[in-house]
Amino acid sequence: MDNVVLHVADVYKSFGGLKALTDIDLQVMEGTTHAIIGPNGAGKSTLLNVCIGRIPPDSGAVVFDGTVITGKLPHEINQLGVVRVFQTPEIFPDLSLLQNVMVPAFAKRDGAFRLNAAKMVTGQTDIIEDAERWLADVGLVDQRHSHAGSLSRGDKRRLELAMGLIQRPRLLLLDEPTAGMSRHDTNATIDLLKKIKERVMTKVIIEHDMHVVFSLADRVTVLAQGQVIADGTPDEVKGNPKVQEAYLGGAHV
Amino acid sequence: MDAIILQILNGLDKGSAYALIALGLTLIFGTLGVVNFAHGALFMIGAFCAVTLQKLLGLSYLVEDPTQKDFLGNPLKVQVPYIEKWLGADLGAAIIDWSVPLAILLAIPVMLIFGFVMERGLIKHFYKRSHAEQILVTFGLAIVLQEIVRFFFGANPIQTGAPSALFGSFDFGVLAGYGPDLIIYPYWRLIYFLFALLVIAGVFAFLQFTTFGLVVRAGMQDRQTVSLLGINIDRRFTAMFGIAAAVAGVAGVMYTPILAPNYHMGMDFLVLSFVVVVVGGMGSLGGAVLAGFLLGILQSFASMNEVKAVLPGIDQVIIYLVAIIILLIRPRGLLGRKGVMED
Amino acid sequence: MLGSSRQDHLFLLFVIVLTLATPILLQPFPENSAMAQFNAGYPDLMQRFAIYGIFAMGFNILFGLTGYLSFGHAAFLGVGSYSVVWMYKLLSFNVLPGLALAVAASAVFALFIGYVSLRRSGIYFSILTLAFAQMSYNLAYSVLTPLTNGETGLQVYSNDPQYLLNPQSPTSPHIFGWAMNDSTKLTLGGWEFTFNNGYYFTAIIAILAFYISMRIFRSPFGLMLRAVKTNRRRLDYSGVNTKPYMLSAFVISGMYAGLAGGLLAAMDPLAGAERMQWTASGEVVLMTILGGAGTLMGPVLGAGLIKYLENIFSKINEGVLHQWFSWLPDWLSDSLITVVKPFVGDGWHLTLGLMFVLVVVFLPGGMMEGARRLGGMFRNKPDGKPVRSELRPAE
Repeated sequence: MDNVVLHVADVYKSFGGLKALTDIDLQVMEGTTHAIIGPNGAGKSTLLNVCIGRIPPDSGAVVFDGTVITGKLPHEINQLGVVRVFQTPEIFPDLSLLQNVMVPAFAKRDGAFRLNAAKMVTGQTDIIEDAERWLADVGLVDQRHSHAGSLSRGDKRRLELAMGLIQRPRLLLLDEPTAGMSRHDTNATIDLLKKIKERVMTKVIIEHDMHVVFSLADRVTVLAQGQVIADGTPDEVKGNPKVQEAYLGGAHV
Repeated sequence: MDAIILQILNGLDKGSAYALIALGLTLIFGTLGVVNFAHGALFMIGAFCAVTLQKLLGLSYLVEDPTQKDFLGNPLKVQVPYIEKWLGADLGAAIIDWSVPLAILLAIPVMLIFGFVMERGLIKHFYKRSHAEQILVTFGLAIVLQEIVRFFFGANPIQTGAPSALFGSFDFGVLAGYGPDLIIYPYWRLIYFLFALLVIAGVFAFLQFTTFGLVVRAGMQDRQTVSLLGINIDRRFTAMFGIAAAVAGVAGVMYTPILAPNYHMGMDFLVLSFVVVVVGGMGSLGGAVLAGFLLGILQSFASMNEVKAVLPGIDQVIIYLVAIIILLIRPRGLLGRKGVMED
Repeated sequence: MLGSSRQDHLFLLFVIVLTLATPILLQPFPENSAMAQFNAGYPDLMQRFAIYGIFAMGFNILFGLTGYLSFGHAAFLGVGSYSVVWMYKLLSFNVLPGLALAVAASAVFALFIGYVSLRRSGIYFSILTLAFAQMSYNLAYSVLTPLTNGETGLQVYSNDPQYLLNPQSPTSPHIFGWAMNDSTKLTLGGWEFTFNNGYYFTAIIAILAFYISMRIFRSPFGLMLRAVKTNRRRLDYSGVNTKPYMLSAFVISGMYAGLAGGLLAAMDPLAGAERMQWTASGEVVLMTILGGAGTLMGPVLGAGLIKYLENIFSKINEGVLHQWFSWLPDWLSDSLITVVKPFVGDGWHLTLGLMFVLVVVFLPGGMMEGARRLGGMFRNKPDGKPVRSELRPAE
């Protein structure tokens, strides 16, 4: 259990003159749920984008399970087992829910490219059954034949979660999975994430809802102004005065 | 050296037409976000404004000329245009002779109205739809427009001459210290180039120095913010569509003495003008103008026999080749803003 | 939802029967009736239905599935035609070597054009493909004249080598002695049906092409292409390398176009550069949209409708109109003729353009969507995927 799965090593990134990330060094242990928290503009989303190859860092590297993944293409990073669930749901709006989940399943089974034109989709029973199972887990199996574009925002997020989970990722990156959700939906999502805990080895969650963080996380890293200001178990972080200042400082003024 | 100057001059008039069409395309794309495949048809319709005016002025009636007799000894009947009857023979004849420049006066209101109607009637419904659909609907419209023109004017090119005072050529060679007849350049082509510069300067001045232009430019940068200021940007953008149509129209009018207009000239120019826009940078007005002239000149160099001897066929493909290279190595074009339609 | 294969087989059977019976179905009016001018059972017209159907099917694999709008597919049509005529010139009038070369050559050509053009998307992709096609067209007219015979067009001359030609071989396109322009005529009462070898040859190839396109639509590969259309970026983050998928679609679609071009020359041993002009690219776009992009049957129907209307409309002239309206009072018939005249005969393209604008504005899903809207007739539609009523660019 002491394996480092993801190592963000001295990553530095600036946009123009704005330092978004300053020498971030972060280790995610295998089997943990690691939360990254911080006030708005702390660099959380930038960090996640660097991890999945969407934004190249100015310096430093991201190492996943011994492989440097900075500079790799998004699909290569995904094929290594790093899957991201986006804050604004990224789905295939014109496809059915079932097809939405089947696409990443095919990518997992067949690799980044396979000219699989001779077989019928309907004949791929293993993939279909698997997709239906995951849709059932997120509570969308009844709507599996409707268009994904017609789903509510909350349902789209659950669909995207199923799209990520069907790939059985070694590392799941969740970008504010409950942002904009009602308390009820948030709790439902927390339950869902707890449920999948046994199936997905390692998770990184970006979140600013403390309720979510402390219900799920084994370990918490606090970012502020592009820097790591605290790192530890939830309880350690909670008591850290620097965190209090960074997080609540604004609220008290 | 003289050969080079000659080729540059030769490229200017075609480059001017490319620049004017590309300028209008860019205005429409930059303001309305519409990819207008019917813009070449507007150029063609402008050209046919000149043809129409020429035909209208030529309307005539028969009159007996007492000074001439036909072979039977009867007084000869000759065609006299009505305009000579009304305004006197000299003035009438002069007006007919100058019909092409005069057609600008006809083309501007016609094209403005045409542009408004087209935008309000059809294009406006496509703002929210994909670029592919915009291409398709304007492509269909272009076919319709050119077929209507073909129905009224036939399929053959119609000669439309420049004023006779402007026939002849200008000898640049003598001016530049070379021998006579080395670098000669027809007056009308020179006029076309100067006219194009004037129109381009006019459009830029309009955008630069008027409040209207300021709002439009701001809207091109960030439509939403301008709308938030409570300015009705859509109405101004509609007006810009009319202006772009008028620019294409007058470009077509003045081009008629260089190329006898036919119904499919619009499509021929459109394909090249799109390439020009892409090379210049989608949404960049300066880029459209620069690329228009550059590609016109480049094409003229590629048609030199010396060049063709080394690279056969280069004159046929040079513009496309440049476009392909530009799109691949610098997708935003020569002067395009970063991030504008870059993928 | 995903289409059961039993339904697909029925659908395919329906298409086969329809295609094979075309010479009868398109000849509904007796030969001497006034309506005979609406018959379409002529060999060359039916051949064009099948050939342009193949062209549109191929275009649909690219545009209908992935949303990438190519404006340069005519280039492959031209390559196909030239390949077939060259095989006539070098070997013999047997069409098979030519068709094989047509498909292979257009595949290589598409691989190159696709590799370059697919580095961009959206309108840039359209313009890149257009630029490549126009370049090919211009070159075919100029420096490539030794290969294309320029404006005259490529054709077979008596002094061509034709190494495989023996004295017994037919001197027109054939397949193992079965001449394309041979027909069997059947007269039944007032009806006359023409069963043309060339039509059946193209029809069988069209059915095969349709079957392949159906398999592609239903395959995981087809699903990936649909996913490209709706959200390409999401595919990257799902671990899919979209580039080879797009390139495969482009090449397959180019091969269809090459095959269609080859068949044109297989029916009529002549190839001209105008086949590569961008108007020909525009035509296949029209066919696909008119029928319904992204549906299996739509593009084929669109191709058939456009070729049929082209044939009928171009034949109608003022005299025919006078005949039609002769039963009306003179003033009414004259004004009707004045109104209708611009749209027929030479004015056929005006009708086509108008039709196209109206379809894009009011019925973006084309005829297939129209049929669906018309109601329950297509309730058990074999094409089980609901078709999107909008065209999305690949951006």
